[in-house]
Amino acid sequence: MTQNGHVESSTVRVKRGLAEMLKGGVIMDVVTPAQAEIAQEAGAVAVMALERVPADIRAQGGVARMSDPRLVKEIMAAVSIPVMAKCRIGHFVEAQILEALGIDYIDESEVLTPADEENHVDKWKFRVPFVCGARNLGEALRRISEGAAMIRTKGEAGTGDVVEAVRHMRAVSQGIRRLASLREEELATAAKELGASLEMVREVSSTGKLPVVNFSAGGIATPADAALMMQLGCDGNFVGSGIFKSGDPLRRAKAIVQATTYFDKPEILAEVSEDLGEPMVGISTSSLRPEELLAVRGI
Amino acid sequence: MPTTGARVGVLALQGDFREHMRLLESCGASVVPIRLPEELTGLQGLVIPGGESTTMSRLIGTAGLLEPIQEAVAGGMACLTTCAGTILAAREIRDGLPGQIHLQILDIAVRRNAFGRQLQSEEVELDIPAVGRPPVLVAFIRAPAIEQVGEKVEVLVTYRSQPAAVRQGRHLALTFHPEITGDPRLHRLFLATL
Repeated sequence: MTQNGHVESSTVRVKRGLAEMLKGGVIMDVVTPAQAEIAQEAGAVAVMALERVPADIRAQGGVARMSDPRLVKEIMAAVSIPVMAKCRIGHFVEAQILEALGIDYIDESEVLTPADEENHVDKWKFRVPFVCGARNLGEALRRISEGAAMIRTKGEAGTGDVVEAVRHMRAVSQGIRRLASLREEELATAAKELGASLEMVREVSSTGKLPVVNFSAGGIATPADAALMMQLGCDGNFVGSGIFKSGDPLRRAKAIVQATTYFDKPEILAEVSEDLGEPMVGISTSSLRPEELLAVRGI
Repeated sequence: MPTTGARVGVLALQGDFREHMRLLESCGASVVPIRLPEELTGLQGLVIPGGESTTMSRLIGTAGLLEPIQEAVAGGMACLTTCAGTILAAREIRDGLPGQIHLQILDIAVRRNAFGRQLQSEEVELDIPAVGRPPVLVAFIRAPAIEQVGEKVEVLVTYRSQPAAVRQGRHLALTFHPEITGDPRLHRLFLATL
C-alpha cells in the first residue's frame, strides 16, 4: 500500500474524461431546482441550468444571456449529478463567472444571443471544461482547437423538430468518413477547407473519430428521436424543451433515458414510447425565417 | 502477466463501457456488453464501468438486473468496478439518493463526489505494488472515496489518505479510471484471477 505520486488537475484528459462518463446518457435542460430533481430522478446524467428553455427564448425574443448565478447555485445544490450552464458565444466573462461558481461544464451556446460575432471563447484558458455546438466537421474541429472538450450537434433548439439534429450528425459523420478515405498528401487541402489544423485533421483521418465525445442536441422530443440520434452514431443526447414543455415530464424523461440506452431494441422503444401524454407542440424548422435560425450563429 | 480467453461482460447501460471493452479485448478476453438479465449467463467476470451512478442505478432497476447480478456473483462471477461502478458495488453508499439501488458486492462504504466537483478532478500517477513499476497513470473524475473497508478487504493503494483500489477475493474495486488513460495492468490483474 503506497501513496499517490504526481498530481495534475484540469488536464485535457480530465476535461474530456467527464464527457466520457456522460456517454450513453441524457442531459436535460432545467429552469428550477424542482425540475433538476425530476431530471435526476428520471436518470439524467447531468442537467443544464437555464433561466428559460430554448422554446421560451424563441417565443419571448429579446437578448438571451447567462442565467442568474443564484439560480445556477440553487440547481447545483439541489442535485448530486453534474451541472452545466450556458454562456454566450465569445462572452468569456460569463464563462469566468460560471467557472467561479464551480460549475462542472460550460456550454458556449448559440441558443443564447452571441456576444462576439467573430471569436469564440479561448477555452484553453479555463480549468472548467466546455461543450460547443457544431453543424459539421469543420465547426467541430474549430471548436476543439479552441479548447472544447465535448461537442454536440446544434440541431435547431426549441423547435421539437429533429430534422436539423439529423442533418448535423450526418454531416459530422460524413466529414469524418471522408477524411478517413483521403491520402496523406490530400490532408493539407482538407485541413484548409475545414478551417482546422493539419495535426487535428491527421488525427481524425487516422482514428476515424472525433477526439472528443459528440452528443446530439436541438430538436429531440421523443424516445424515438433519442434512439434515432444514437443509431446515427452520437454518444448521447441533450434534451432541452422536449421534456419540461411536454405533458408528463417525469414519464417522458424516463422514457428518453431508456431509449438512449436501448436505442437498437425496437421492442423496448415501443414499450417506453407508449402513453407518454402530450409531447411539446413544436415548430417545423422549415417554417422558420432565416433570422430565426439559431444554428447559424457562431460558425 | 498471461493473457486470457475468459468471457467477461461489461455493464453497458451508460458510461464509458466501450473503453473497458477495448482494453479487455486488447488483453485477450472475450467481451460482451450487458444490458439485459439474459445476457449475464456464462460470464466469469463482470466490469461495472464509470458513468453516472444514479443513472446506472435507475437503469439496473428498470432492467431487473439487480438480483441476476447478485446471483451470478454468488455463483462465482468476479467483478471489476471503476468509479461509479464502485459506488454501485458497495455495501453502503453515503450521500446516496433515496431508493438508489446498490449491488452490495463489496464490504466497503463509499461517499459520492467525495473530493468535490469537476474542478477538483485530477490525473494522478499511482504506485500500485500489485501491478509493479512504473506507476499507473489514472484519472479521478468527480471521484468517490472509500471511507470504510471490511476485514476481508485488502487495500492496494490510497489516494488522499483513503483507499482508492481495493481487493476482496477476486473482486477488484477502483475509485479512478485506468480505462481513460489506457493502462491495461489493472484489467490484466483482474483477468488473471478468472
